[in-house]
Amino acid sequence: MPAALRRSPAATVAKYAALLCYLVFALFPLYWLIKIAVTPDALVFTEGTQVIPSAVTLDNFRTVLLQTDFLSYFGNSLYVSLGTAAVTTLVAAAAGYAFSRFDFAGKKLLIAVMLITQMFPLLMIIAPIYKIISQVGMLNSLTSLIVVYTAFNIPFATFLMQSFFDGIPKDLEEAAMMDGSTRFQALYKVVFPLTLPGLGATLGFVFTAAWSELLFALMLISKNDAMTFPVGLLTFVSKFSVDWGQMMAAGVLALVPSCLFFIFIQRYLVQGLTSGAVKG
Amino acid sequence: MEGRAVIARATKTVVPRRPRARRSLYLQYLVEPFAYLSPAIVLIGTVILIPLIIGISYSFQSIELLRPFDSGWVGFENYAALWSDRKFWIALENTFFWTFWSVSLQFLLGLGLALLLNTQFFGKRLFQALVFLPWAVPTFLSALTWAWLFNPVIGPLPHWLADLGILSEPYNILGDPELAIWGPIMANIWFGVPFFAITLLAALQSIPGELYEAAEIDGASAWQTFSKITLPFLAPMIAITVMLRTIWIANFADLIFVMTGGGPANSTQILSTYIFTTAFRKLDFGYASTIAVALLLILLIYSLIVLWLRKKLIKI
Repeated sequence: MPAALRRSPAATVAKYAALLCYLVFALFPLYWLIKIAVTPDALVFTEGTQVIPSAVTLDNFRTVLLQTDFLSYFGNSLYVSLGTAAVTTLVAAAAGYAFSRFDFAGKKLLIAVMLITQMFPLLMIIAPIYKIISQVGMLNSLTSLIVVYTAFNIPFATFLMQSFFDGIPKDLEEAAMMDGSTRFQALYKVVFPLTLPGLGATLGFVFTAAWSELLFALMLISKNDAMTFPVGLLTFVSKFSVDWGQMMAAGVLALVPSCLFFIFIQRYLVQGLTSGAVKG
Repeated sequence: MEGRAVIARATKTVVPRRPRARRSLYLQYLVEPFAYLSPAIVLIGTVILIPLIIGISYSFQSIELLRPFDSGWVGFENYAALWSDRKFWIALENTFFWTFWSVSLQFLLGLGLALLLNTQFFGKRLFQALVFLPWAVPTFLSALTWAWLFNPVIGPLPHWLADLGILSEPYNILGDPELAIWGPIMANIWFGVPFFAITLLAALQSIPGELYEAAEIDGASAWQTFSKITLPFLAPMIAITVMLRTIWIANFADLIFVMTGGGPANSTQILSTYIFTTAFRKLDFGYASTIAVALLLILLIYSLIVLWLRKKLIKI
């Protein structure tokens, strides 16, 4: 296939045309989001469907940041996502290490259970979780969200971490253990520095997953000052559905953390995801 | 720890070593892995598995938060109600439509992208980062963005569709029961193509290059190379990815919930959004759990069929 493409000029043109189509399809919606966000309010209705706005303003961003609750939503989401990412990565690193380095009774069963949690409809447990959390009086608490999200993300994060540990030769820590250090010391001094990229990638994946979770947050959070970004934005949209510029400015702001993490994990994306997927 | 090691070394000659060694072996192989695993096990158990069992038990109860005194065990009453619920059958049909079109279009476009990314061209690294970007966009934001694109006041799509003659006039297809479901499907394709591309690209890269060289020497056409080398090598990966993705998309409620809320007139209601709206808006937990059990059974049957097919195909 590559050889055939190299030969004919028509094929080369077709290839670059296809590349361009994919690029436009991927970027156009995001361009539009940013475009409406920077279009001045007065122009939104007259040139709403024009591809390039005739004037550009940052007013919408200013209003969203200073006059609405979005900063508080943003802070809540950041707290929940960072908390979830940190706890999940820690727990998943320990579990992934156990899967990678030990053979023990019940290993297959545990892996099967973790795979199954990835497949059944998570919405199935939304009602029981709501009841349990309301009974312990933790509704509207960001901590309850962190606990729930952590449990949801552990299986995938564990498989991801396991694939990173599998890539580190066992001999390294065995050598350290021969020299008299305990397994934990070997883990801390030898394995941990080598798996930093893996930890980073896992942090990134879990962060983005927690950042975009909507349905459980809608169910568990109803107080305005505990709302995460998705819940806040959705409430805003259903209440003030004509402030297009402001909504989209808020949307652009929601995009920022995910994109930062995405750039950060880009490198590990193909390698990490696929090695996990092949094994899973 | 250090101290104990020193003592052990010092008393080495006096104390017989064997029981100690056996104990540490025992520790190492039976207890230690579970020490690392226990936080994960406890969290998954309490947050997912126990609620799952409770959820199944809910489907045999009447639990409506708005009518707290009506609760209690009702046997199969919920299931009987489900059987005669017209909305359930509509949602079931929509689930098939939504899942089939989302998965097949995501797969085809993802395969195309993976094949392109497997060749050499100028600016490949940047291109790859940019086309994978939608995958990083939070789902609620993908949903809102596409809902806005379909809005005739601020979005270009209705006007373009009208110019192409697909729509008679620029109106919002999300409000048209005939077409509404294509809105979330479009958003889903946009969001899901990178995932397929990433997985298929990795599979492509694992195909040995010599095979292509041999095919070139033998004068194989591009189509022959693709159908005789690429596709057979990709097949196992395709099977697994498509199966997992089908399940995931059938469960995926966010896009539809944000874009249409299941409307207009239930034309975009799928089972997972029906579960969520029943639990979230009506607070009818018993019935929501019943729909969820039905969805679970359908997915289970689907997986069993796929696994059975896979076994059969591999035998040949």
